[in-house]
Amino acid sequence: MEYYAGEYDVVVIGTGHAGCEAALAAARMGCSTLVLTLNMENVAFMPCNPAVGGPAKGHLVREIDALGGEMGINTDHTNIQVRMLNTGKGPAVHALRAQADKKLYQIRMKKVLENQELLDLKQALVERVLVSDDGVIGVETRFGAVFKAKAVVITTGTFLRGRIIIGDVSYSGGPNGQEPSVGLADSLRGLGLELGRFKTGTPPRVHRKSVDFSKMIIQPGDEKPHRFSFMTKDLNREQVPCWLTYTSEETHRVIRDNLHRSPLYSGKIEGVGPRYCPSIEDKVVRFADKPSHQIFLEPEGRDTEEMYVQGFSTSLPEDVQIKMLRSIPGLEHVEMMRTGYAIEYDILSPTQLKLSLETKKVKGLFSAGQINGTSGYEEAAAQGIIAGINAALFVKQKEPLILKRSDAYIGVLIDDLVTKGTNEPYRIMTSRAEYRLLLRQDNADLRLTEMGFRAGLVKEDRQKAFEQKYKLVEQEKGRLAEVTVAPDEEVQQILTAKDSSEIKQNTSLIDLLKRPEITYEDLKKMDKNFPTLPEDVVEQVEVQVQYEGYIKRQLEQVEKFQRLENKKIPDWVSYEDIRGLSTEAKQKLERLKPLSVGQASRISGVSPADISVLLVYMEQKRRGCPQED
Amino acid sequence: MVDDTIAAISTPIGAAGIGIVRLSGKEALPIAEKVFSSFKHKSLTNTRNHSLLYGHILDDTGKVIDEVLVSVMRGPHSFTAEDVVEINCHGGIVAVRKTLEIVLKAGARPADPGEFSKRAFLNGRIDLAQAESIIDLINAKTEKSLKVAVNQLEGMLSGEIKEISTEMLELMAHIEAGIDFPEHDIEEISRHKIEQKSGEILARIEHMLALADTGKVFREGLRTVIIGKPNVGKSSLLNALLKEKRAIVTDIPGTTRDVIEEIVSIRGIPLKLVDTAGIRETEDVVEKIGVEKTKEVFAESDLVLFMVDASTGLTAEDRALFPLVKDRNSLVIVNKTDVTQEVNVSEIETHFRGEDIIEMSLLYGRGLDRLEKRIEEMVYAGLSSSQEEIVVSNVRHKDALERALRSIKDVLSAMRAGLPTDCMAIDLRTAWETLGEITGESVSEDLVDQIFSRFCIGK
Repeated sequence: MEYYAGEYDVVVIGTGHAGCEAALAAARMGCSTLVLTLNMENVAFMPCNPAVGGPAKGHLVREIDALGGEMGINTDHTNIQVRMLNTGKGPAVHALRAQADKKLYQIRMKKVLENQELLDLKQALVERVLVSDDGVIGVETRFGAVFKAKAVVITTGTFLRGRIIIGDVSYSGGPNGQEPSVGLADSLRGLGLELGRFKTGTPPRVHRKSVDFSKMIIQPGDEKPHRFSFMTKDLNREQVPCWLTYTSEETHRVIRDNLHRSPLYSGKIEGVGPRYCPSIEDKVVRFADKPSHQIFLEPEGRDTEEMYVQGFSTSLPEDVQIKMLRSIPGLEHVEMMRTGYAIEYDILSPTQLKLSLETKKVKGLFSAGQINGTSGYEEAAAQGIIAGINAALFVKQKEPLILKRSDAYIGVLIDDLVTKGTNEPYRIMTSRAEYRLLLRQDNADLRLTEMGFRAGLVKEDRQKAFEQKYKLVEQEKGRLAEVTVAPDEEVQQILTAKDSSEIKQNTSLIDLLKRPEITYEDLKKMDKNFPTLPEDVVEQVEVQVQYEGYIKRQLEQVEKFQRLENKKIPDWVSYEDIRGLSTEAKQKLERLKPLSVGQASRISGVSPADISVLLVYMEQKRRGCPQED
Repeated sequence: MVDDTIAAISTPIGAAGIGIVRLSGKEALPIAEKVFSSFKHKSLTNTRNHSLLYGHILDDTGKVIDEVLVSVMRGPHSFTAEDVVEINCHGGIVAVRKTLEIVLKAGARPADPGEFSKRAFLNGRIDLAQAESIIDLINAKTEKSLKVAVNQLEGMLSGEIKEISTEMLELMAHIEAGIDFPEHDIEEISRHKIEQKSGEILARIEHMLALADTGKVFREGLRTVIIGKPNVGKSSLLNALLKEKRAIVTDIPGTTRDVIEEIVSIRGIPLKLVDTAGIRETEDVVEKIGVEKTKEVFAESDLVLFMVDASTGLTAEDRALFPLVKDRNSLVIVNKTDVTQEVNVSEIETHFRGEDIIEMSLLYGRGLDRLEKRIEEMVYAGLSSSQEEIVVSNVRHKDALERALRSIKDVLSAMRAGLPTDCMAIDLRTAWETLGEITGESVSEDLVDQIFSRFCIGK
């Protein structure tokens, strides 16, 4: 029996990483918000690896933080190990990665949700999205509760018609023994939305005490751990190591002998899995000449003995999994605590979304996270915060916040999904970004905090800290340009020691810093009045000065890119009526309804000539119908 | 409207000796200034609107390319409503083309099909009624140039570019896989290896640029057959063409033993002289190899040089060849005019156009100049209606190759400066995308595909 249960500006369905960010963003922007979870124990749960960040993913976390999101802060407060990867490869690809304490991560995030003003957290299974002719009006739960809402954000992850597969066993279910969401999938299909089916998987977990670490290589955290959030100050806590080992000949033999029992090869799995995260059986088959694959053992937390076997994702039968594990050096006597599995789930084809993550079909209905065809906590959270912000802006009847490919990895992620679609679970990568040198993790605040502030998500304390930081950066750059050093013996010695050529005349510090071999630290030795500045200020100065040439070049490219990006395509454009467009372009443009000419140009099958025709058509219409201008 | 500066040859190619290179965009004047040297030392950027300046076009080494008249039309009082510069070249098509290449090197971008008209319309210079015709123009030109591009790409150019492109992609995938998956046991690519590979790629692009001149004709040579009765002077013509020019004598494998090809450069156009059996020996070709075989030889040729003897007049053998030759691109050479003029030229004119009949005295070296000029004109105008697009598309290809070369040089200089691999990866990517412009293949997903297919990556 349905009953009226309340009214909110925004209702968020799901409390995974997308749902948490979406709910917090909407509430923090002043919207009354309800977030519904299937299971209160599973708020911000990490069903797969206990880690946050890495190349491009770490960039996403920084960007979420710069916009006023929670993932960075939450990770900073609950991690058990931190590493900065790629340090030798250039500032744009430095990548922060943290091992999280899974339980602590959940506990803290749940507390943040519970204590957020204007936000209600409730346990309920949503069966239906309610709509009128004008768009979304609310949701209905299994127990008949009707929550009215002006905007709804769906962040159901892998729960939509989820199915777990282990060997020849399969059953309906969400990740980690939870129940799936079946009614909602039907409800979405009923709204005319197109669903696809993807697959992913997770490795087994083992008991720490049954592992012989003496046969493995220790992987400690950084001596001086960095933090994700621009707001986190102190981060000194004991770090827990990970461990590295390798699969053996025997492991591969066991896998090959049991391939016929794998659901991947028996046709039991229909969903499309990601190429970057193949199961161990996939790796053994596809890279048959590789004698071994690396396996990391990662603690799932400080207060648990469970360890995650990274690199060992599998859906082979349970008995085979145990045999495989025990063939690995150091795991000869291992006790498996949880079995690895594959999961199939429904996704919403993301080309049905606008760049704001609102569905094109149903006004006020947004979706974010794994349901949109991505994989990864960071990708989910990144979409979550944008969907949350835009749901709030929608309620306030304001223009949506759309990040461009030149603004953020978040922009790259969403544009890729919405414009090109994806035929496998999408993972962000640095090589997907065209303007990588601009989209660094060190300057996420410079790129986004102002936007977050204008949207109302970034609060005054963050905005102030941000302004202060960049004031210092500019000051210091100005100072370095003014202060010169003479070519005296001391300076030459410092330069020679760094394999840098000697100077012939008085030279400004900034010119010396432009030399790749000279660091900011080196300048200190040459200048008696050197100030002591916060590390993040020093980092900015160093990167901005040293990569000035490259940054400038990319900025020029961005300027070109922006021209088409800023050319908006009005709603009234009817592609059917444009004479001279190719048929393929007509169909794709009609279906995808791009926002700008730039976005249109990225649709496969739309040629430069089609773009020219579109521009001429728009100009023709503009002159013909001035009232619509 | 803020836009980059475009350039193109704006006159039909092959028309007389004059051709116009047009530039449009906010950098039009500064770019033209870079390559132009006025006789009166006037500055283009300071000159009055709609004025003409007289001077030289110089290449980047300062070498004079052509004597030109340059007109300056500042926006909005120009065809496109942007700043427009028109360079009127006089030195024939080669000079026009070279001038276009130089302005592209100086910072202009090759105009897209119909782009001048498109800009004119978007900037309000062309009225609404003409919008439809502009759409047609864009589509027609695109279709034509696509066809040409496809034709062009069927040759060795596409094969070579694809190979270079694949090499770049593999190198990039290796660097990028290391960046995106740092903890996977992917063998990190060493700086030395990147340097070595980039060096190889650099050499290949440089080699292509050295070879690349416009058109398939320019890459593969104009297949030319010399034909005529014994003693008419075929060998003399061959030798005259060979002697004066630097000839490359090749024995191309795969061709029959008795067909030798010689390549000779006529005003920058490589002529591939096909020496069919019989030309060197003073025997009649038709008699020797038969009418059918002769037709076949003609069918495979781009140009037939048909020689007759002025001292003997037209013979029955000559007349028998008329119908075989006249449907081909052919020139009639009336040789030995120094002896007597027994040939009735008006009889030849019933089969050939006047400009295709060239009177010559190989003994005194007369008429060679006219022959060369006529060949040049034919290549640019008469051979095929799509020559214009060929020239244009090839200038674009060359421009893209030049830009790719610059990016690869950036990779190497970043290497020498000790910059991190990320910086090199970015220039490498730019080079790769630039080559992609030539083949028209979309590139973004290729890289991701390449990473996943080559490297074992998983969680």
